[in-house]
Amino acid sequence: MADTLSPENPEAPEAPRTSNPLRAAGRALRTYVLLAWTWCRAVAQYPMALSLFTFGLALSSLAEMGAVVVVFGHAGTLAGFTVYEGLLVYALAALAFGTADFLMGSVDRLGDHIRTGSFDTMLVRPVPPLVQLATHQFSPRRLGKLVPALAALVFALVACDIDWTLGRVLMLPVLLVSGAAVCSSVWVLAGCLQFFVADAREAANSVTYGGQALTEYPIAIYGRGLVRSVTFVVPLAFVSWQPALYLLDRPDPTGLPEALRFLGPLVAVVLALAAALVWRFGLRHYRSTGS
Amino acid sequence: MRVHAAVYARGLHRHSTYRAALVAGALTNSVFGAINAMVLLAVFAARPRISGYDAGDAVTQVFVGQALIAVTLIVNTAPSLDLAERVRTGDVATDLLRPVSLLGWWLAQDLGRATFTFFFRGVPTFCVGLLLFDVVLPGGPVHAVLVLASFALAAVVGFALRYLYSLSGFWLLDTRGLWTVAGLVGPVVSGMLLPLALFPSVLADVLRLLPWASMVQIPAEILLGKDTLPGGSVFGALLLQAAWAAALLALGAWATGRATRKVVIQGG
Repeated sequence: MADTLSPENPEAPEAPRTSNPLRAAGRALRTYVLLAWTWCRAVAQYPMALSLFTFGLALSSLAEMGAVVVVFGHAGTLAGFTVYEGLLVYALAALAFGTADFLMGSVDRLGDHIRTGSFDTMLVRPVPPLVQLATHQFSPRRLGKLVPALAALVFALVACDIDWTLGRVLMLPVLLVSGAAVCSSVWVLAGCLQFFVADAREAANSVTYGGQALTEYPIAIYGRGLVRSVTFVVPLAFVSWQPALYLLDRPDPTGLPEALRFLGPLVAVVLALAAALVWRFGLRHYRSTGS
Repeated sequence: MRVHAAVYARGLHRHSTYRAALVAGALTNSVFGAINAMVLLAVFAARPRISGYDAGDAVTQVFVGQALIAVTLIVNTAPSLDLAERVRTGDVATDLLRPVSLLGWWLAQDLGRATFTFFFRGVPTFCVGLLLFDVVLPGGPVHAVLVLASFALAAVVGFALRYLYSLSGFWLLDTRGLWTVAGLVGPVVSGMLLPLALFPSVLADVLRLLPWASMVQIPAEILLGKDTLPGGSVFGALLLQAAWAAALLALGAWATGRATRKVVIQGG
């Protein structure tokens, strides 16, 4: 909480710091839910627009799934994946990005807030600015993306020939959470770019939405070079590709070590920490555009 | 007419201000183009010919689509014509006071915008495609002129649809839901998400006749010289595009008349 005030007024006496970081996190979470709920009630005032929005998003998710089916229908198999296995990869990617968009999607509007000055308003409020930014214009319409993705995942998990050991059953939620965490971190990192380049929103989209487009297919089809860069540089391979390899018990067709598929949770933690650090760095170097 | 030329020039000039956004936009279009192209290349590696399309055709269509994204604004899920917001806020009253038609004013301005973004965002995106993939180029100067004419008609169709979406605000008050549905369904039925040639042929033939195909699929097939074009030739296809442009603009003019008889602006 103290960090909220310090960039705005560095000379101010330190606000009482919450001693327990867990309690601070709990408080931030509670504020997040409260603010998100406030925005939900606001958008519910236009029920027609909200339902059209949600319906449109669900429709486009179905169209994307249709595209995956059409593509696999023509090709038979891609990178050794059948249509159901391809759908599994799609669903893992769509669910992870859908969750990130649901929780953190508004962060890519940082540039607008900086330009119009509303980011300054966020800084003087006693709520972490990231929470305010992430909940700004939070809308339940994003469920229109999440629900079809979840349905596709359940369908793909049933349709694919998966050897359900206890390990896989326990690992599945862990993989889903780490995939969502990787995507959310990428979203925050891309958003932070706008601290330094105000017009960068579209460039950030090429990482966020581009990342989703990239991971919707088995990434082996893009060739070794790209697989290595999305494994080791921008670790999007841990969103859908490595989890799918693990669930289907496949060797990696690009020849990377099999141990990688267990690294998802670790990658998620490291990336989340990196996102937090970059956010903090951006916040400290932020200078208001003035009146 | 002189007014329209001036408004066109203003539209062109106005969009030349946002240079960083232009570079960022071209980058995004190139990244998406490359991803889509690589997926399609993988498909065509498994099956070299699908409904008359080969890998080069598919990749070319991907980059035609990406180059025209900023011209037709077909993927935008937020209102992409300022008129929409002006109808909502009532500023449209100022537009209606002008001694030129609402439609002509906005058409001129939007074509100015489209011209600028085509040359400074669309062409660079297409060049990235040329560098990275085997993208097909027009066969000669005549073919090139026909392709450019098709792109121009795509811009007019794109404007006419967005003008109609904006005008719906006179009746719906909040048009954002409509824009979202349009921005999400448009890319699917226009051949932007996947070339229509990959769809079942009956569906593809129906979609080719709808106005959305005139913004991606038809221009791409004109560039590729396909015989699946409506009317079987480039001229038939251009005629279809022109017919949609004319019909949608006529509908826009009619709707403007209805709306202006209905509108009540408060204050004074």
